[in-house]
Amino acid sequence: MIRSAIVDRQIDVAALLGEVRSDDAGAVSVFVGTVRDLSEGRSVERLEYAVYREMAESELADIMREASEKFGISSLVAEHRIGELRVGEISVAIASADAHRAGAIECTRFVIEQIKKRVPIWKREHFVDGTREWVDPTARSGAAR
Amino acid sequence: MSAVTVHLFASYAESFGANTLKIELAPESTVADLIAEVRSRPGSYVLPPMPRVAINRKFAAPDQLVRATDEIALIPPVSGG
Repeated sequence: MIRSAIVDRQIDVAALLGEVRSDDAGAVSVFVGTVRDLSEGRSVERLEYAVYREMAESELADIMREASEKFGISSLVAEHRIGELRVGEISVAIASADAHRAGAIECTRFVIEQIKKRVPIWKREHFVDGTREWVDPTARSGAAR
Repeated sequence: MSAVTVHLFASYAESFGANTLKIELAPESTVADLIAEVRSRPGSYVLPPMPRVAINRKFAAPDQLVRATDEIALIPPVSGG
């Protein structure tokens, strides 16, 4: 089962695990992205995620198909949350299951890396000092964020 | 000439002060032509040298033709995850 969604509610990681687990899968890989309290040294109070929903849903579905074909995996789910999130909350979760660990781990990683490159979702950091700004990964020092 | 609607999001919507722009395009205009027109609007300082454009919910190449019926969006650098 391959499923992906953009959601406006809390992400239930245990539920995603339950979706992909099966008796013939010896490995389940889960990636969970959470809201960090610091960004480039500044204290973050909360994040706001905006989305181009129709395209984000279709781009995410494409990524899931590509991942499934690339790694030969048929149990893969991903959810990305949008709206307002507080520090520590889960913004994205991906779970994949396979007979062995290598494929499952690589598949999960592929999905998150592609989400960060292609899915039209934007986060705005609201800092403790009351300022806010849209995150532009292409303008920041360092590699992938 | 035909008018197209360009959807804006996040930092672009903020910079242009709108969620959509109406742009007049000559027949047979491409994505690159569209970007050139958008650059003449106030707020376009926010655009990088090569902004990403989506046509009908897919990323489009600069030489792709733009039709009046297309769903067109300017995509700021994405930051999901």
